[in-house]
Amino acid sequence: SGRGRGRAAFTFNIEAIGFSKGAALPDVACKPPPPFPSTDNKPVPLKTGEDEDYMLALKQDLRGTMKKMPYFLAVEEDREAIERYSKKYQDSEKEHAAWTPDWRRLPGEMKPKKKTKKGPKPKKIRSSDTKSNLDVLKKIEELEKKDDEEQKSEDEKDKTKDKEGEDDEEAEEPEEYDEEEHEEENDYISSYFEDGDDFGAGSDDNMDEATY
Amino acid sequence: MTQAEIKLCSLLLQEHFGEIVEKIGTHLIRTGVQPLRTIVSDTGLLLDQVKKALCVLIQHNLVTYQLQKRGCVEYEAQCQRVLRILRYPRYIYAAKTLYGDTGELVVEELLLNGKMTMSVVVRKVADRLTETMEDGKTMDYADVSNTFVRLADTHFVQRCPRAPEAPESPAAPPPPAPTLVIDEKDMYVVPRLSLVGRGKRRRSCDEEESGERKAKKQKQDGESSEPPPDDGIYWQVNIDRFHQHFRDQGIVSAVASRMDQTSSEIVRTMLRMSEVTTSSSAPYTQPLSSNEIFRSLPAGYNIGKQVLDQYLTLLADDPLEFVGKSGDSGGGMYTVNLHKALASLATATLESIVEERFGSRCARIFRLLLRKKHLEQKQVEDFAMIPAKEAKDMLYKMLSENFVSLQEIPKTPDHAPSRTFYLYTVNVPSSARMLLHRCYKSVANLMERRQYETRENKRLLEKSQRVEAILASMQATGAEEAQLQEIEEMITAPERQQLETLKRNVNKLDASENQVDETIFVLESFIASTLRKP
Repeated sequence: SGRGRGRAAFTFNIEAIGFSKGAALPDVACKPPPPFPSTDNKPVPLKTGEDEDYMLALKQDLRGTMKKMPYFLAVEEDREAIERYSKKYQDSEKEHAAWTPDWRRLPGEMKPKKKTKKGPKPKKIRSSDTKSNLDVLKKIEELEKKDDEEQKSEDEKDKTKDKEGEDDEEAEEPEEYDEEEHEEENDYISSYFEDGDDFGAGSDDNMDEATY
Repeated sequence: MTQAEIKLCSLLLQEHFGEIVEKIGTHLIRTGVQPLRTIVSDTGLLLDQVKKALCVLIQHNLVTYQLQKRGCVEYEAQCQRVLRILRYPRYIYAAKTLYGDTGELVVEELLLNGKMTMSVVVRKVADRLTETMEDGKTMDYADVSNTFVRLADTHFVQRCPRAPEAPESPAAPPPPAPTLVIDEKDMYVVPRLSLVGRGKRRRSCDEEESGERKAKKQKQDGESSEPPPDDGIYWQVNIDRFHQHFRDQGIVSAVASRMDQTSSEIVRTMLRMSEVTTSSSAPYTQPLSSNEIFRSLPAGYNIGKQVLDQYLTLLADDPLEFVGKSGDSGGGMYTVNLHKALASLATATLESIVEERFGSRCARIFRLLLRKKHLEQKQVEDFAMIPAKEAKDMLYKMLSENFVSLQEIPKTPDHAPSRTFYLYTVNVPSSARMLLHRCYKSVANLMERRQYETRENKRLLEKSQRVEAILASMQATGAEEAQLQEIEEMITAPERQQLETLKRNVNKLDASENQVDETIFVLESFIASTLRKP
């Protein structure tokens, strides 16, 4: 009884929780408390001292050091488009080389899989490539000294042409030298343009060095 | 894991290991145990990135793996361990106070790298110490080794579980994941190494250095072809031992402030004697006789035997019950009540927080409830001698913030509210948990604010770094005072002011994080002690 008749009554004795009969009850909260409530009691100031200062320094140092460790995997930013001048003054401290974990302690699936290339072929090409590189380098040295490059360049052209078909991805170096050798099929003395340092040094004696 | 813990772990991982590791770490903390494939598909990151991140997390003991029966490997994050990153400065500083600069650097290197072999640690620390020494002096490997051995003997560093030796039959395929094991007795055994050498000073390129020496140095620094003698024996920091040390420190300082210096020294002696005999999770130390304690007191303290007995009696009679008497043989057997001590520390923390947040009258009611356990509304008003209206207000404020709770005791089986006692009480473990949750939230807020402050001033910070770098390079090449002055003036006075303010704020926020972590430690230790069987 009492439901809807007369005033609404509580099911328990209101005095048990400290409100006297008929006293105004506090407001009902309609919304969540504010995120930054004003505090009557301000917090106590922080502890200060030698220990605290040292630990503060340790904390900040640790944070800085960990950012430079190889364990810090940052998302690669696309800022490499323009090489900033300020870069020279900043990231000069990436001394820590890339880290290799001890694979014996990790599950097998953690190890990165090497890119699979076509079996023994790469090995063969590589060794012959290095050989051809060495040949090319030797030849170029000789060319700087002697003048009968045409004969030798033809030999090389044959050699490099054979290998051109074989290696697509690897060793772009023979191709570079290839171009140089091709360019040499003209009347210009190869030694003239071979090295930037030697520019003018190996020129004919007739030419006077321009002085300004 | 509560949302607050997950958020804090996420911030810690991001700040110390970067976004990729953070993403994977947070994902594992949220979802629990997962295999590699699921992690990749759920996080949307590349397989390569996930692998690298997992390697980093495993290296730092933040993630563990388990080989399941079906041959699948599952990974689990250790949320609690991630939260410990907050305490790293405290571990390092403790090592410094106990074992000097060498100890400090050993612990720091181990924390920075997760796990390392002893030979690598010794080499790195010797190099670092040599950097700080005067010209011409270098640090001997033997000194560093000695400190390392002492750290191992006192259990501050421990060995990591070992990977099994190479299988006998190489024809059999290796298991998908190695099972790492460690024997209890091997955990602190230092391998017999003869580490001979001295630290090397890292020279900048400007200084004169003949090409010959440079080449030789590079050869020494690079990887030698043969594996080191302690290959495969890794060491890590034993954070439980550090926690034991902090707990002992807390108890000793509590006794010192409650009683006096001498009592605290006695308790410190008792704790030191129990370091190796009592496990860190025991409720009380092994009983120690008064005679033993007398013999073990530090050399400086020459108090008489009778004086010691008096102190011990006083300590045992103290209502806080830090020390208990367990027998009368040997001049009296005494123990340190570890669980009770932790409970006292946690309760004191609670009381202090109530006092600072709500005022001293609320604190009076709180302490009253702690003492009397259960009180009715009316009784609270009477005992605390506070007017009814105010007492009511304070109780409800504390109730709404969960510092105080209501216990219903029905008089009749039908639980009718008019015939039920409502008693106010303080449930200490529950309040401690609530407060701990609040602490995690506080630290997360502090970190967010600090990162915000740094972000807002990013442009200015970068400018200031550039100017400093230019100044440094100019000073190295010997520039005039006027030129340096000119460069310094690139930062205007208001900008300098702004930088000062930023630095002050960041320092304050960092120091606050450290201090909140102290509270976290006290509360966590207490809660952990309540979970163990009494």
